[in-house]
Amino acid sequence: MKLRHLMLASAAVAALAGTAQAENVLKWGANRDIGSLDPYSFGDSFTINVLNHVYEGLVRYNKDLKIEPALAESWEILDDQITWRFKLREGVTFHNGNPFTAQDVVASLTRVSDETSPLKGNLPAYVSSKVVDDLTVDITLNGTYPLLLNDLTNIHIFDEEWMTEHDALMPTDVGAGTEGYATYNANGTGPFIVESRQPDAKTVFVANPDWWDEPQHNLDRIELTPVGSAATRVAALLSGEISFTNDAPVQDLPRLAAAPNVEVLEGVDLRTVMIGFPFRDTLTTGEPNPFVKKSVREALYKAIDLDLIHQKVMRGKSRNAGATVAPPIPGYTEALDELPGYDPEASKALLAEAGVPEGLEFEFNCLSDGLVNEEQFCQAIASMWSRIGLSPKLDVAPRAVQSPKRTNGKTDVYTLGWATLPLLDSYSPLLQIFHSKDGNAGVFNWGGWSYPELDALIDAAGSELDLDARLALQTEALQMVKDEMIMIPLHQQPMAWAVTEEVAEMPLFPDAKPRLWFAKMGSGS
Amino acid sequence: MIAFLIKRTANAAFVMLAVALLAFVIFRFFGDPVEMMVNEQATLQDRIELRERLGLNDGFVTQYTRFVTNAVQGDFGISYRNQQDVMVLIKERFPATFELVLVATVISLVVGIPAGVITAVYRDSGLANTLQLGSIIGVSLPSFVVGILLILAFSVSLGWLPAFGRGETVDIGWWSTGLLTPSGRAALVLPAISLSTFQVTLVMRLVRAEMLETLRADYIKFARARGVPTRRVQWRHALRNCLMPVITLTGMQIGNLIAFALVTETVFQWPGMGMLFIQAVTFVDLPVMAAYLLIVSLIFVVLNTLVDITYAWVDPRLRDDSARGNG
Repeated sequence: MKLRHLMLASAAVAALAGTAQAENVLKWGANRDIGSLDPYSFGDSFTINVLNHVYEGLVRYNKDLKIEPALAESWEILDDQITWRFKLREGVTFHNGNPFTAQDVVASLTRVSDETSPLKGNLPAYVSSKVVDDLTVDITLNGTYPLLLNDLTNIHIFDEEWMTEHDALMPTDVGAGTEGYATYNANGTGPFIVESRQPDAKTVFVANPDWWDEPQHNLDRIELTPVGSAATRVAALLSGEISFTNDAPVQDLPRLAAAPNVEVLEGVDLRTVMIGFPFRDTLTTGEPNPFVKKSVREALYKAIDLDLIHQKVMRGKSRNAGATVAPPIPGYTEALDELPGYDPEASKALLAEAGVPEGLEFEFNCLSDGLVNEEQFCQAIASMWSRIGLSPKLDVAPRAVQSPKRTNGKTDVYTLGWATLPLLDSYSPLLQIFHSKDGNAGVFNWGGWSYPELDALIDAAGSELDLDARLALQTEALQMVKDEMIMIPLHQQPMAWAVTEEVAEMPLFPDAKPRLWFAKMGSGS
Repeated sequence: MIAFLIKRTANAAFVMLAVALLAFVIFRFFGDPVEMMVNEQATLQDRIELRERLGLNDGFVTQYTRFVTNAVQGDFGISYRNQQDVMVLIKERFPATFELVLVATVISLVVGIPAGVITAVYRDSGLANTLQLGSIIGVSLPSFVVGILLILAFSVSLGWLPAFGRGETVDIGWWSTGLLTPSGRAALVLPAISLSTFQVTLVMRLVRAEMLETLRADYIKFARARGVPTRRVQWRHALRNCLMPVITLTGMQIGNLIAFALVTETVFQWPGMGMLFIQAVTFVDLPVMAAYLLIVSLIFVVLNTLVDITYAWVDPRLRDDSARGNG
């Protein structure tokens, strides 16, 4: 039934394409498809990003990535310090015409925080919510928590009536093995409406004429087509079959830039690439682990020629980093960003002093499908470490294979890229990477370190509602991470989008998420 | 004959069980689906619970038995990533792959057979040598390279044909076809050529070898002696006798083409089963991977069994030993 509907719709598209030349159709060639139409189904930030065009949160990021009101107009923290009261926007309707009310917010929060929801980690402090009146909602947290708004930018609001009608109040549970209605259908409040979807082929969005906000875009239609092969994507862009891609392959940028009809949009991603060390007693070889000594970590840090990697491996497009967060992230200071200086002689001296045996073997775990040019920079770093008398064993494989090794401590040194998503705040890496492993905290603390002082700083920041005081605590914690060299930052990686001449305006966001409600097409198309 | 049929079918069933077992063993090295399913902020506890819910903590035998029991009933569960019924996903993708394979097969016959005859009949002529050289290139170029070259030539430089996708499709029941729309047919050209390059070469070489053999046969000499026109002898009498092995080979190769289509599908973003499988591998989508492997092996096993049975029916000597012992 569904498929036939899609086919009719796509036949209609074909008919329209012939007649309506004046329509502004943005043909988006992504490197992969969205998982489904249900943003709560799979912990995948690309799917959430795309579906943000259809569904909205209570708050959202503006063009400068600052949080602004969206479905909520205002909010306050009540006297108990743990309850937040949100005043909702009046007159908002869902795509099916249903009005947006407090019921919808409660039902959505209940859905996303359900036991079976893979996204419940996105609302770590949430306890419960209740309807105060039609346009007021109270959200209760498990303590004072400053980052609720950041969390809520990614929590999409569903229509309660629609979910009840289609038995979709709970997220789809893959363990149970039954399909859900929201996988195939979408009903949000956002600037675009899903018109049709053929998985792996095409998903079509049309502009929502009844959107509550003044549109800044002039798109009538977005056709999202996944084109997995990088070479094909470049070819499709050159031949004008797609008009926008959010993944222009680094090696093809000169070629795309030289093409008369294509413009390359380059920037530096928020994602900071780091190297982490094991803090266990022994290495995977069974030998005692020297990386627990700070001087050994320092030796490895000083042995990396960041400039060489920047120029040769990243083709001059990355930004060398001294801090574990990128400059736009709250908590960053210039002092944190100081670079260590390349000094292999000092490294050798440090290793000798620490009594590290010549030719020490350890595993160096990298992903083949992870960061930009990861395989290449891992090879470069491995050979730099060989030069100071170590024998790193490079282990490169896809993420799916490496993740279990990393989380179970079955490897030694590893890479990690962290963009502070979805919070866009330095609290994110502090809590999830640098904090000791403890429930919600330290999930990515793969090395297994524990610094009680650092934990205390992070915990204090996590319940500090005053912004300046909180950022001061976080900066202090980041400084400690830097001084102790728990992980060593390498660079922020480059990102590149490309558009054809049909596209007049496409703001590039450093969190690498396209927000097409800011995009404009030229009149010439 | 009935004993033979039972034995062949039992063999086939055993092969399927073995494939399922192998697939299961391989998946253990594919990594952990849970790591791909949850987002950054999920706690360790969440991950453990999800793993428990998916039944990934059960023993190997329990998981295998559960999988086979469900698979026999056609139930492969739902995809971890798409949350869709796996059988529906595969059913949606199958027509795309099948049409691609069908057209590639037709191309391989239409091009391969005449080319084979020409190279056999006009040995050492310029044309034959060119074709022979071309066939070496066809065998040695990997199909993704052929695909990208075709895209560069026909999509980027000439702008004649689309670089990716399947164009507009029309639904006939649950079968979606791209053969009925102009954009669907245009989209099919490059992937089908790219998929057929290897096959063309194979058919051409087989026809050539068979023709060389047949042209030496006595009845050809008699035909010539009788004054039958040369073209008629070559294209009718000789070629007809060469076609039996070509048809067998083509039938057997359909399984191969379906399996190898995944490379072509990846290059051309062709929404077929191979594409589905590649994505499932990236996301450790175990139910989809398992179902794909089983279905592709089922196609192989069914084709092989059918060929065996046909042969046995045609040629009693191939029936099994016990039958011969009794007879």
